[in-house]
Amino acid sequence: MTTTAPLGTEEQTGPPAAPADGRRTALSRVRTGNGLVFVLPFLLVFGLFMVWPIVQGLWMSFTDSSLALRDTTFVGFDNYTEAFGDADVWSSLGNTVFFTAVSSVPLVLIALAMALLVHSGLAGQWAWRLSFFAPYLLPVTVVTMIWTWLYQPELGMANQLLDALGMEPVGWLSDESVAMWSVAALTVWWTVGFNFLLYLAALQSLPTTFDEAAALDGAGAWRRLWSITLPQLRRTTGLVAMLQVLASLKVFDQIYILTKGGPNGSTRPVLEYVYDVGFTGYRLGYASAVSYLFFALIVVVSLVQLRLFRRED
Amino acid sequence: MSATATTLRTRRRPPREAAGSPLLLGHGRLPRALAGTALVVLAVLWLLPFVWAVITSVQSEEDINTTGLSPFKGAFTLDAYQQILERGNVTVWAFNSFLISALVTLITVAVSTLAAYGFSRGTFRGRRALLGVTVAAIMVPPQLLVVPLFDQMTLFNMVDTYAAVILPQVVAPMMVFILKRFFDGIPKELEEAARIDGASEFRVFRSVVLPLSRPIVAAVAIFVFIGAWNNFMWPFIVTNDPDLMTLPVGLATVKDAYGIQYAQSMASALLAALPLIVVFLLFQRRIVNSVATTGLGGS
Repeated sequence: MTTTAPLGTEEQTGPPAAPADGRRTALSRVRTGNGLVFVLPFLLVFGLFMVWPIVQGLWMSFTDSSLALRDTTFVGFDNYTEAFGDADVWSSLGNTVFFTAVSSVPLVLIALAMALLVHSGLAGQWAWRLSFFAPYLLPVTVVTMIWTWLYQPELGMANQLLDALGMEPVGWLSDESVAMWSVAALTVWWTVGFNFLLYLAALQSLPTTFDEAAALDGAGAWRRLWSITLPQLRRTTGLVAMLQVLASLKVFDQIYILTKGGPNGSTRPVLEYVYDVGFTGYRLGYASAVSYLFFALIVVVSLVQLRLFRRED
Repeated sequence: MSATATTLRTRRRPPREAAGSPLLLGHGRLPRALAGTALVVLAVLWLLPFVWAVITSVQSEEDINTTGLSPFKGAFTLDAYQQILERGNVTVWAFNSFLISALVTLITVAVSTLAAYGFSRGTFRGRRALLGVTVAAIMVPPQLLVVPLFDQMTLFNMVDTYAAVILPQVVAPMMVFILKRFFDGIPKELEEAARIDGASEFRVFRSVVLPLSRPIVAAVAIFVFIGAWNNFMWPFIVTNDPDLMTLPVGLATVKDAYGIQYAQSMASALLAALPLIVVFLLFQRRIVNSVATTGLGGS
């Protein structure tokens, strides 16, 4: 294996360039196995823990399967018809869409602002990066524990700040019209760091030639930001927005721990409804049907986004 | 300005990636002052919850609840941390989190790199179809699988076992895709040289392809680890035994039990936050670059 010695250079950031002479021998093709054996372990876990549950879930959605009893009967489209007429499905879906709207916009815009500011070259790079990205590293429970305390009605930081400013306290998690905004604020704080890093990476790989040329022509910082940098970031913005909408639609964890969907169901997302119906109400069949309807929605949103994304190119 | 840029530039970094472009702000003092102020305001906002949690955690419960209002008034004490560590369950959950995240990372990286190599270099029948199914699976939200997976684990009699927590998490089609794309870019000529020397296919993978892919494998490992460490819904559903719970799940079960014990609540939250913050401080450059090289990551 002497051949590896010159190749094993440490810290390579990409594959090395191909040698100039692209020699391809018949010998190599003969001795290359067909590679199936490499894929087998993945196929095993993929089949067991992905394909099986997908198929099983689809089957369950056509049955009255329940956690309480083992034998189930086929009920056709009953679960799906019930879901379409279920007011709780629609209200939790509405909550999910509302959350997606009010969290995605700041999650993209604030991330962009952070990345532009950090990229502008002020001292203390690692400190800014750490401040903005650190919350992303926290487990969801830690985030909700900290924010439950911040939102605490009498002693929490949020209401104490309002009090210091001479304003009325707010029922951050107890007021139906405020609770979802509070959840969105927590989510922005928690996850904006990831989008920030995506933007920062994109900014660092932008060619600076246009910017330099414009600067030589006397264009100011604002002008160059609007006319050069932001247009150059359009693809990244498309990607970040796409990933963000899909992530926001899947919201469950922080809401379940923070409010359990309350007050009065005002923050319950559709995935929590699936959990409530399946694991608290024991109706696995119906829960599956609702989650498959939700999956269909995700697929439609993904396809629409891909379409828009492709057209941008 | 060039002096600042040079000091910010770090070892091993190509100049093009040097932090910040001096051009963006021009030479005026005003834009620099504005940008600096905005950065400081944002950073303060983002650090404030941590600061508030730290201050709360080093007060006594009485001070917080009686003199109330300002956590700045009370006396410094580490009682809350002591009580939490004495109770012991946070340590058990931290151990479980480490064990589970490490095993998930190990198995996922092994299974995914092998599969990616097979998809990249393989010639077996059905390769394209299987790859297509794998890529399509990226879109499936893990939450969709929770109900049938639980049913499956009940069937296998595996509820409340480490295996039940770990195994479903090792399926990572996204990682297979990212790795496969990277392997595609490695010129085959390098491997052919090894094959002519008589190396087996696995030897080629281990001694030629893997060493060339260290940065991307590290990136994948880091994201799988963060994802596993922070995973909530699946471990929450499949474990009822407190001795098998991970940190996020365990803390969620006792969160309400803390009641008005805010110092203990914050102390345990901060203890649970510490490991990954340390990991980030150690591997900061690697993590930041990972986002750039993989384009994605996270769960």
